Parts: sequence; C-alpha cells; structure tokens
Amino acid sequence: MNTLPAGDLLALFLHFLTLSLLSIGGAMSTAPEMQRYFVVERGWIGEADFTTAIALAQAAPGPNVLFVPVLGFQAAGLPGAAAALVGILLPSTLLSLGVSRWGSSRRDTPLVRAFTAGLAPVTVGLVFATGWLLALPFLGDPAHRNGALVLIALTAVVTLRTKLAPIWMILVGALLGAAGIA
Amino acid sequence: MNPSPHGAAADAGTLSRPGSPFALFIAFSLLALQGFGGVLAVAQRELVDRRGWLSRAEFIELYSIAQMLPGPNVVNLSLMIGDRYFGWRGALAAITGMLLAPFLIVIALAASYERLAEFPAVAGALRGMGAVAAGLILAMAVKMLGTLRGNLLGPWLCALLGLAALVAIAVFRLPLAWIVIGLGLLGWGLARWRVAVLDARAAHGEGR
Repeated sequence: MNTLPAGDLLALFLHFLTLSLLSIGGAMSTAPEMQRYFVVERGWIGEADFTTAIALAQAAPGPNVLFVPVLGFQAAGLPGAAAALVGILLPSTLLSLGVSRWGSSRRDTPLVRAFTAGLAPVTVGLVFATGWLLALPFLGDPAHRNGALVLIALTAVVTLRTKLAPIWMILVGALLGAAGIA
Repeated sequence: MNPSPHGAAADAGTLSRPGSPFALFIAFSLLALQGFGGVLAVAQRELVDRRGWLSRAEFIELYSIAQMLPGPNVVNLSLMIGDRYFGWRGALAAITGMLLAPFLIVIALAASYERLAEFPAVAGALRGMGAVAAGLILAMAVKMLGTLRGNLLGPWLCALLGLAALVAIAVFRLPLAWIVIGLGLLGWGLARWRVAVLDARAAHGEGR
C-alpha cells in the first residue's frame, strides 16, 4: 500500500469530482480516463494494478463502481479509497436527486411521460446486452462452456419460476465452479 | 429481516413499503451483498418480487431515469427509491446500505489479493458466480419485457429501440453513454410524438 502527500490526495479527489459528472451510463464509462490519469499521467499505480482493481470489484459483491475506491486504495491507502469513492459519487448523486425530484413532480406532463416511455425499451435492450456480455466469456472457454451454459440457463429458469433469494444460486454457482464443474 | 409476505402481491397492485430509513439501509445492504457481478438483477428481485416495495413498471421507470443521469446506475436508483419514502434521509440510508458493506469487503480483498489469487478453487468459484450473475440478468431482462406491453410507443417501435440498444452494445461495442444519449433522445422524441398523436386522437374522439 502506498501513501501520497496531502496535495496529491486533494488532486485525486478533485479529479474524481469532475469525472463524476461525466460518468453517464455508470462509472465504467470513465475507466479509460482514470487509467490515463492514474497510470500514465501520475504514475501512482501500474497497468496490471488497474486491471486487478476492475476484476476485484466485479468479483466482490456490490456495485461495480467499487473499482474506483480500489484504485484510490492502491494509490494512497484508506484515505485514497475514501477520497476516490466520495469524489466519484458526490456531484452525480446531488444532481440525480435534484433531477429525480424535478421529474417526479411533473410525472404527468407530456415531456416526462414521453421520457419514461421512450427510454423503457432502450433499457430492456441494454439489460439483455448486459446478460449477453456476462455470458460471452463462457462461450470462448471450451473447458467450462457446457457446465456454465447449464448453470446460466438453470439460474434464469429458477429466477423466473420461483422466489428463491439470489444468494443461494450464487452459492451453488461458487461451489460448482470451485469443484471445476461449471 | 425476512422478505415481506406481501412481496408476491407486487404485480397485483398492492404495494408494501419500508418501515424506516434503517429498514431501507438493511434491505439495501442485504441486496448489495448478494450482488456478485452486478446488483441490478438482485435489486429487482428483492425490491419488486420479494419485498413488493415497487411494481415492475415503477422499477423500470426509475432505472431508465437513473441510467440517463451521471453516476453509477444502481446508486442513482437507490437514492431515488430512498428519497421517495423518506426524503434525503432515505436517499442517504439507501446509498449507504448499497455501498458501505461492499466497500469494506472490496478493500479487504484488495489488501489480501496477492495471497488469494494462488488458489485455483478461488478462480473456479468466481467463474461459477459469474455464470449465475449472467443467468440472473437474463431472467430480469425477460421479466422487463412484460412491462413494455402498455408502453405508448407500441410493440414495433419498442422492439426496434430495444434491438438497436442490444446490437449497439453486444455487436458494435459502442460506448454506453453514446447509446443511452442517442437512442434515449430518439425514444424520447418518438414517444413525445406518440403522446401528441394519442392526445389529438382522444380530443377528436371527445369532440364527436
């Protein structure tokens, strides 16, 4: 774990404050810019550290935005992690709160009705795309392809047909994966 | 903290609600801790199917807005749901629930990563969890399809916009921001036009 002088920590915080308002579609959309800033411009972490941060956030429970505090942690320990997380969330959160309040007080106007109706099909398409992208790595992995495809299909069916909590399915997935079956 | 017994009623039109900001905090912590490979599908399952705090249509509406705004989609979604019930205190409770426990876990993992990566069983378990995450998301997408039935765009325009989004991401790998802004504005414009047509038709019908 590294530490940074207070001036660098402040620079890190301010950089995330500006990236926050650019992160339309999620923090992952600003990942290339974070890589440029942390690895190339500042040299706080290495290229492999950056990839590790994203992989760790995807493996751990919780939103994928948590790769951001991991970057902060790699560069500057716990203060870096806290500065990165608060920085990436504060401006976007305040803006979202304001916009959602504005929108819900005007729910029945034609513009807001059109907005929610017009976006719904795009959202559904994006969720299908996310499922496809998550499944894709298994298609290119002959050793585990069949087991993984069965697990994906089984999860989908159980989710659609029962009210089982996801954690049990995840547990079964972890056990089958650890045993080398899926 | 058992799931609400009324959860099953979510689609019958009788919704339940959280009792306090603390209940929100606990609910969002529990769902975030189940969110391996993405929280969205788990959020839909817990908040809509099991607790019945939102209908499917409300969930998709809030999520559509959440992803047009800057910031992580599920964090925006959490704050909107929390704000709805308890104002800014609810928003804060939901966001803190969504982030606090996972933040501590991911930092602990980052601190011990180099020792964990040596075990093949760990890599296998992560792979298995990834497959389940893909299945959860696909099932969620199938459920969301049903909410488009009453959409004022009609089935053809909905299918066109949805397929365009799917192809743009899955085949062309375009940046998400372009797709959300581009197709979002297109969908908004088309829906605004449909609202005008439907309103005009309704006014005309009443005039006879």
